[in-house]
Amino acid sequence: MKQAFTISVNGKQHTVSVAPDTPMLYVLRNNLQLKAAKFGCGLAQCGACMVLLNNSAVPSCQLRINAVGNNKITTLEALAGSDGALHAVQQAFVDEQAAQCGYCTNGMIIAAVSLLKKQPKPSREAVQQAMNVNICRCGTHDRVLNAVLKAANSLP
Amino acid sequence: MKTTQTRRQFIQTGGLLTIGFTLGGALSWQNANAETPINAELPSDKQINAWLQILEDGRVKVLTGKMELGQGILTAVKQVAAEELNCDMSRVTVHMADTDVTPNEGYTAGSQSIERSAMAIRAAAASARELLTEMAASQLNTAADQIVLENGVLTGAGKRIEVKDLLKGKQLTEAVRQPKKILGKSVRKIVGKPLERDDIEAIVRGAPHFVHDLDFPGILHARVVRPPSYAARIERIDQHNINKLAGLVKLVRRAHFVAVLAEDEYRAIQLAKEVGEFITWTAPAQLPQQAQLQSYLKSLPAETSVEKQSNGWKNELKTSGELYHEANYFKPYLMHGANGPSCGVALYKNGELWVWSHTQGVYPLRKSLAGLLHLNEDKIHVKGVQGPGCYGHNGADDAGAEAAIIAMEHPGQHIRLQWMRQEEHSWEPFSTAMIMELKASLDNNKRINAWQYELWSDVHGTRPGGNPDNLLASQYLTNGEPKPMTGFKGGAIRNAEPYYELAQQKIVSHIFTGPLRRSSLRGLGAYANIFAIESFMDEMAEKAKLDPIQFRICHSTDPRSIACLEQITRLTADIKPGKNQGIGYAFSRYKNSAAYCAVAALVTSDPKLEKLTVEQMWAVVDAGETINPDGLKNQIEGGMMQSISWALYEEVGFDQVHITSSDWRTYPMIRFPQAPRITVHVIDRVEEDPLGAGEASQGPATAALINAIYAASGQRIRSLPVFGKQKKA
Repeated sequence: MKQAFTISVNGKQHTVSVAPDTPMLYVLRNNLQLKAAKFGCGLAQCGACMVLLNNSAVPSCQLRINAVGNNKITTLEALAGSDGALHAVQQAFVDEQAAQCGYCTNGMIIAAVSLLKKQPKPSREAVQQAMNVNICRCGTHDRVLNAVLKAANSLP
Repeated sequence: MKTTQTRRQFIQTGGLLTIGFTLGGALSWQNANAETPINAELPSDKQINAWLQILEDGRVKVLTGKMELGQGILTAVKQVAAEELNCDMSRVTVHMADTDVTPNEGYTAGSQSIERSAMAIRAAAASARELLTEMAASQLNTAADQIVLENGVLTGAGKRIEVKDLLKGKQLTEAVRQPKKILGKSVRKIVGKPLERDDIEAIVRGAPHFVHDLDFPGILHARVVRPPSYAARIERIDQHNINKLAGLVKLVRRAHFVAVLAEDEYRAIQLAKEVGEFITWTAPAQLPQQAQLQSYLKSLPAETSVEKQSNGWKNELKTSGELYHEANYFKPYLMHGANGPSCGVALYKNGELWVWSHTQGVYPLRKSLAGLLHLNEDKIHVKGVQGPGCYGHNGADDAGAEAAIIAMEHPGQHIRLQWMRQEEHSWEPFSTAMIMELKASLDNNKRINAWQYELWSDVHGTRPGGNPDNLLASQYLTNGEPKPMTGFKGGAIRNAEPYYELAQQKIVSHIFTGPLRRSSLRGLGAYANIFAIESFMDEMAEKAKLDPIQFRICHSTDPRSIACLEQITRLTADIKPGKNQGIGYAFSRYKNSAAYCAVAALVTSDPKLEKLTVEQMWAVVDAGETINPDGLKNQIEGGMMQSISWALYEEVGFDQVHITSSDWRTYPMIRFPQAPRITVHVIDRVEEDPLGAGEASQGPATAALINAIYAASGQRIRSLPVFGKQKKA
């Protein structure tokens, strides 16, 4: 049943042996010990499990390993620079204290990074729409929106 | 499994430990609770070292029995301790809820973490400062008032000694005293400042942080095979075909409780479904028709109590004419709906049980587990690890208990159980539906002269609290009739009494046992009671033809209430609602004894509420002495967002068999496109005691929203949610 797959995660090639229909979420968390992506719903309704597939934010609960191919996966763990410096979006989340429990923060940052790659200076409304899939049960929405706009301003 | 550390090693490392990850190198885990425990006798909570310990390098470890739930309590207690010990925040670490380490502080609930835990830590830290100063004075041959403690060093009369050299590895076992001076009240170098939470950086880096992220070599993944309804029983199980399923490490079956174990998590998820296909359940259709829920709830047998009746109550209500008004309100069943489904990790080895859980109460869970599993409490170690925001009693205890049941059936290996989304949505204990009926009359001076309030509610608190029958699994572990999950009614009448001066009033409660599993959700009954009272106050103000804020001020005697109401007026003074816009206000003092909160909402809506936008919201909060104003604001903002999500969209759906709200499509909530801008103003009163604020804003936020919707559209919503399945106005 299990099959070997070689995939690119955070700039490195990894070979794992799993069932071909295994969602990347479990591969990342359990095979690669990358715990940033979280299980929230398994239905692509909440955003907690998001990763970057090339430059797009996708729910890793819906991304099966046999569909990854040569596409590059980046997780939250790899956003900081090699010197440990936080990505502008991460830094803005810290500056704005834009979290309470933090369970969904992974998906919010990934969604924001993806948005800013495509649209570097979005309006508040554009950020709101781009993050429609991301749930925040703690109600930190206003802070998160402020953080993403602040990050956009800090980027060239 | 990591080898058990000695207490000495533990104190040296101060709680910053690594746990063994099999791949990708060992990751730093900033939570000592992830480790295996140290068995030692805990000091009494009267002793200083129950609350703080001096590490061998002179830094300080604070012990709190409360859980970090995203409310920032770990930062707040660190601020309080650092202030009293006159040291930098970096010299303090915090160890949270852990039955092997911390004091027993019951549940992290009711907005009491600051009022209780932080104040206990403040007293212990101030006592430690005084005691250390006295010890140094005697060592250095000088007067205690000449000694200054700063960053772990005591100086005076030209001499110095470090705290660690003074204590020589000993802890301060003396009793916590009544400190002569509280630096947090006078100096306030650290307390009262909006310091950042240091856990947010770990979160944004994606470091392991939650109980869900715990991993151990050889860990097995479990999933529970849920029945189709609360009262379902196994009729037949096809063991023969189940045995043939690939990847099934073990099928755990105890009476009607069934779970699967697998090495691979995804396989465990599939196995739970596959095993479910081989089980036939009896599932009686026991639930009422949701469309008739309100009349059904009122028809149930109820325990009726007169909660309050003024001495001169003569039922002066005039039941007609313009000075009389009555209105009925409804709040549906709501869910906590944590975005991370509940999770528990457990290990049973050599007759001892370890449970890592995001429970709100490690000690009560331990006691409940002892009853459920027939183990002595001293053989059970419950370690609190962060979870997703829970907002009350959700599935956390249940998942911890289920992991423990499974671990005992499969000793020697760590077991990780995470619920699926459908389980979290349809098996957690909900916040009960409530009905509120109000009647009141005005005198000729436009003052309320009689007020009658009747409420119908189930209990709000069925936390296990030592009672294993309230754990979900206990319903299925017996072949006989399961015992009912019982609770206390106090939550239902929370804030049923208005925090206003009313000439005559009568308050009556009817407590029923409703059809759905229920327990504590943020604010308990206060949410629905404030929604009703503060909607009704607006309606009465309109009867009186008075400004709604003025009407409230006329009925207030507490200057702190009036200050909040006046401040919310100032904050919104420049807002001039445009076409189809309205502004609404509301106020409450949580529990009539905790934080004061006034809220305003600006809404745009057409008369049919087809296009409704919450543009902006404001709050004024007075939580007495503020420990961390940004933490306080974050709690108030979050409470407002959660509240308007409940009010606009949320309602647990069910058919006659079971809950039909099984995901975010069938139970929608507010999302980013609907998020208003929020401004929170803090009134800091250093001279007052700090008051819990985690539950202060939900009631007034919904009432302000509903009042704003009325102002914008002319539609008075009395039955929540606004966008409910059945439009009821």
